[in-house]
Amino acid sequence: MTAVRTSTAHSIVEATPRAKTIAGTLVILYAVISILPLLWIAATAFKSQSDAIAYPPKVMFQPTLEGYVNLFTVRTRQTPDFIAKLPPATTWYDRLVRQHDMVIAGPSKVMPRFINSLIIGFGSTFLAVFLGTLAAYAFSRFKIPLADDLLFFILSTRMMPPVAVAIPIYLMYRQLNLTDTRLGMILLYTAVNVSLAVWLLKGFIDEIPREYEEAALVDGYTRLQALRKVVLPQAVTGIAATAIFCLIFSWNEYAFAVLLTSGDAQTMPPFIPFIIGEGGQDWPAVAAATTLFVVPIVLFTILLRKHLLRGITFGAVRK
Amino acid sequence: MTTIIHPDDAQVTRAVPAKASPAWRARGLSDRSIAWLFVAPTIALLLAINIFPLIWMIRLSFTSLNLSMSYLPLRFVGLDNFRDILTDEDVWDRLQTTARFVICSVALQVFVGFGLALLINRRFRGHSFWTTIILLPMMLSPAVVGNFWTLLFQPQIGPFNYLVSLFTGVPPSSFSMTGEVGLAPWTIVLVDTWMWAPYVMLICLAGLRSIPDYIYEAAEVDRASPWRQFWSITLPMTVPFLMLAVLFRAIENFKMFDMVNLLTSGGPGSTTELVSITLKRAAFEKWRTGYSSALAIILFVTVFGAANIYVKALNRVKQR
Repeated sequence: MTAVRTSTAHSIVEATPRAKTIAGTLVILYAVISILPLLWIAATAFKSQSDAIAYPPKVMFQPTLEGYVNLFTVRTRQTPDFIAKLPPATTWYDRLVRQHDMVIAGPSKVMPRFINSLIIGFGSTFLAVFLGTLAAYAFSRFKIPLADDLLFFILSTRMMPPVAVAIPIYLMYRQLNLTDTRLGMILLYTAVNVSLAVWLLKGFIDEIPREYEEAALVDGYTRLQALRKVVLPQAVTGIAATAIFCLIFSWNEYAFAVLLTSGDAQTMPPFIPFIIGEGGQDWPAVAAATTLFVVPIVLFTILLRKHLLRGITFGAVRK
Repeated sequence: MTTIIHPDDAQVTRAVPAKASPAWRARGLSDRSIAWLFVAPTIALLLAINIFPLIWMIRLSFTSLNLSMSYLPLRFVGLDNFRDILTDEDVWDRLQTTARFVICSVALQVFVGFGLALLINRRFRGHSFWTTIILLPMMLSPAVVGNFWTLLFQPQIGPFNYLVSLFTGVPPSSFSMTGEVGLAPWTIVLVDTWMWAPYVMLICLAGLRSIPDYIYEAAEVDRASPWRQFWSITLPMTVPFLMLAVLFRAIENFKMFDMVNLLTSGGPGSTTELVSITLKRAAFEKWRTGYSSALAIILFVTVFGAANIYVKALNRVKQR
């Protein structure tokens, strides 16, 4: 350990302990304040309907799973007499619902929406990363005429406002019967994601020394074999990071989803704000949906920590 | 990158000209055909999903197409749509709202983000953990963010108004962050900053870390004050990064639709109606396809024009 050495020869650029403490305190203060809204939502998901709309807002409350039950079920209000006549509730959620004079009528639409989000997210991610890897490899390794113009063109498709893009897509999809279909959304998200995938993956592949492939070619591999057996294994981290970025985009996307889907292919983001209970938004259920929706993103953010900078700048800034 | 001195090196360099020899080309596809085969699907997809619709939209922008009356024959009206938009005071008003939103939110994000980056760069204990926490908001879905902030901003039951009243004594139900003409524009700036200041921070942090230590050491030898060091070393060397962040944020916020649509849906009145929301209403509520196509094209041209000018300026700064 070099603890002894640093205490005698203190680096000039290293901040003093006092400066570090002040900086640390300020940053932690900001972090705590900025995370509070998320914690509040996570807490609201465990509140009862009345606790969620209590004044003053409740910090301490009796946690309940009502919000989650309401999120996944459709309920009807019944008279106490009717409920008394029913066979006794067999499950914990039946009992929870009956305390409020309600009976579960069936599952809510949240599962189909969630499945749509998964299928569209993974489908478009797979396609975008597949196409992106091929294109990035070609841009990285071969002389392509007008390569810079093509790369700029690929990036520029991402600059268009989604609402503006949605106008002709809406008309086109109506003609092709792709409106409100998963296939339509997968194609659209693939087109949006592929620009990110090409730019990010080109950066990652550029970093793999050409010598490895060239050695493989000399050893008698064809280009495709060299790509599969030499380049791809080295690019795995980059490909994984790119895939997560694509997945997050598709998962979070709202504008296209709300304008181009209405039911069959609707994903979670346009669905969550319209989770309503009796008389207005059912806040615990909305909060429950938000929490479930956000948890994977939090996990991915932690996984991606090292590649975040690259991802958000299209590979323009690297550490 | 490290230079590897290896006996095999010579062999590899000799292998380069062999690439062109027909002997190995015969074993598989030529490099050129592979290159085209690999690039073509991406280009084809973008042509189909982006460029073809764009061209179609340019055509429609010269028509009076209205989808709620699509039984009418397609009528070409020349540049009428563009004239209507550019002479419409409401549209100019929305563009100004958008410009104010972009300028205020990006300025605030640069201020907060750069400040945070300077603090984090002091490398206190646990800084990487707290950095990750700070980064979370920007990874979330803007729509979901807009939606849950409406709960936090509820005048009676929301914790935001309650906290404000706790610190200032203003009764919590006396103001509404999303419902008042004077407050709503600041509300969207606030939420956008909450979400995206970390983005600026992350890019600035990369900028700060790219400054080599020896420059500061030299400044220290010259007895430059910390203030002077900041203005002559730290700031100028971070500016290219800062400008990149501003470019990305400005484009994104110019396109802003999702978060604001759910937080205020343009209201109250039209105080937070950004131009994307106007476009959505014209295209998907009034179904004025011809008119909205023209508006969309005007927005494209604005984004591309502004981005191009900005990128040129950015390159000039980089060269200095």
